[in-house]
Amino acid sequence: MISIGERINGMFKDVREAIKNKDPKAVKELAIQQTEAGASFLDVNVGTAAADPAEAMKWLIEVIQDTVKTPIAIDSQKFDVVKAGLSVVKNEVLINSSKGDPEELDRYMSLSKDYNASLICLTMDKEGIPQDIERRMEFAMRIVEKAVEHDFELSKIYIDPVLFPINVDQKQPALMFDIFNQIKMISDPSPHRNVGLSNFSQGTKEKRLLTRTFLSMGISYGLDTAVMDVLDKDLMDAAITAEIIMNQHVYSDSYLTACRK
Amino acid sequence: MEIPNVADKWTGSVCEITLGATKDSGGSRQKTITIGGSKTVPFMDFEGNPGHKPVIAMDVYDIPPDDWTDTLAKPFADVLNDPAQWAKKCVEQYGADLICLKLDGIHPDKGNRSAEEAVKTVKSVLAAVGVPLVIWGCEHDEKDNEVMPKVSQAAKGENCLMGIASQDNYKTLTATCLADGHSIITMAPVDINIGKQVNILVSEMDFPLNRIVMFQSTGALGYGLEYTYSIQERERLAALTGDKMMSMPVICDVGHEAWRAKEAKSSDSDVPQWGSKEERGPLWEAITAVTLLQSGADIIRMSHPRAVATVKKCIGRLY
Repeated sequence: MISIGERINGMFKDVREAIKNKDPKAVKELAIQQTEAGASFLDVNVGTAAADPAEAMKWLIEVIQDTVKTPIAIDSQKFDVVKAGLSVVKNEVLINSSKGDPEELDRYMSLSKDYNASLICLTMDKEGIPQDIERRMEFAMRIVEKAVEHDFELSKIYIDPVLFPINVDQKQPALMFDIFNQIKMISDPSPHRNVGLSNFSQGTKEKRLLTRTFLSMGISYGLDTAVMDVLDKDLMDAAITAEIIMNQHVYSDSYLTACRK
Repeated sequence: MEIPNVADKWTGSVCEITLGATKDSGGSRQKTITIGGSKTVPFMDFEGNPGHKPVIAMDVYDIPPDDWTDTLAKPFADVLNDPAQWAKKCVEQYGADLICLKLDGIHPDKGNRSAEEAVKTVKSVLAAVGVPLVIWGCEHDEKDNEVMPKVSQAAKGENCLMGIASQDNYKTLTATCLADGHSIITMAPVDINIGKQVNILVSEMDFPLNRIVMFQSTGALGYGLEYTYSIQERERLAALTGDKMMSMPVICDVGHEAWRAKEAKSSDSDVPQWGSKEERGPLWEAITAVTLLQSGADIIRMSHPRAVATVKKCIGRLY
């Protein structure tokens, strides 16, 4: 699966301090650790405390790029911060994320095309997050229509149906599985199906177990990318194993070794 | 109405491997052979680069084979006792791209020849021909582990393709090939899971992935061909979808297997309704080879010159 390592985020104290003091050490370490753990992308989020978020984004990306070659996922709700990040990115890049309002999709898809970037699109708009399958699928349809209109490669679109924490609304996780299935059939090639995984179990006592189980079940319904804690080895191994069970890789006794590479 | 483009897009490819080393790179081969590199399924060049042409390795044995039918033995009657001349004939008269020297004679039940004798044979074949060599042990683990390191050392620098490494016996040959700069054949008994496992085991010894060739025991037409076909097809699809441990080129043992079939070797008087043995045998070998080409085969071991000519013609037409 495509794993987007979530750890370089200003919400975490070590990254917040690093940004504040312009001390690259912690960021470099996280870049290396997540790369070695098998991250496909490194999510970069400056958090809410940065004095100048655009400059902080550029600095973080430059530090990471000096350390590893792993592609970057620029994570910000602010268009100008995303744009600042794109201006320094050297390799393949993913934008995290655009909301599903038509004008937002237009703006982000044009920007993504300019930088040959992939784009996460949320099935929500300024009115909020829908609670049901139907409304989320309307967003998904709109995202695909917009992609076609912009001549945007569908394999570079990641649709995120916005996963709620289990302790907020317990009906939601099961709906997600239907949605993954339906997005998979929306077009050929289909867009990716993404979630922000850690959000799912926040505030719970069995955080890792809940996350790991949701990911494994999600993969069986077509979930293929997630913003997640790639440093959780059990989580990464569960993803690999779920993919083996779904016949996405050839089994061998050392399949974990092979897939971790 | 616009006809939709149904071409698949693949993200992976088959590794490219060069066999043999010329004088410039420390060997004595007159030419090298590069295989693999395909970015699509066989013969679908509208989808992507088909990579290098499949090649034919003609079999030469270190001792005269005692189970060859006269149809197969006849073209080599004058050289069966001399592997060097046999190899030369295969290259010069029959256009073999490579020679596969099979060291059957070292097997404890087939002559139990010594490592020194095997080394002598390998050296004589290397001296006789300028094409790269495949050197294949006798598939008796203990004897192979005793002889192959010496053979490997004698051919050091020639970048031969050495076989075979299996799940239960891979360490000696892997270490030897690493030390002497050869490529290696990994073997599985018509089992894709074991095939991948051997590749992982060999690569865990720091053996480069782009020096491995995969071998699934070949089944001839009527004798399990479809099993080999479907595994090789799945191996290719795995390679194209980015499975690095399944991305190696493939070798098939067609000659030996096809000529074991009763359809290839039964005499005309035993089965007059099957047609002439002279036609039947080479045809059995050629059909097995051409079928396996479609599933994704990069090196085909073959025996009869007429079958070789037919398959070479087919490869030429399809590429």
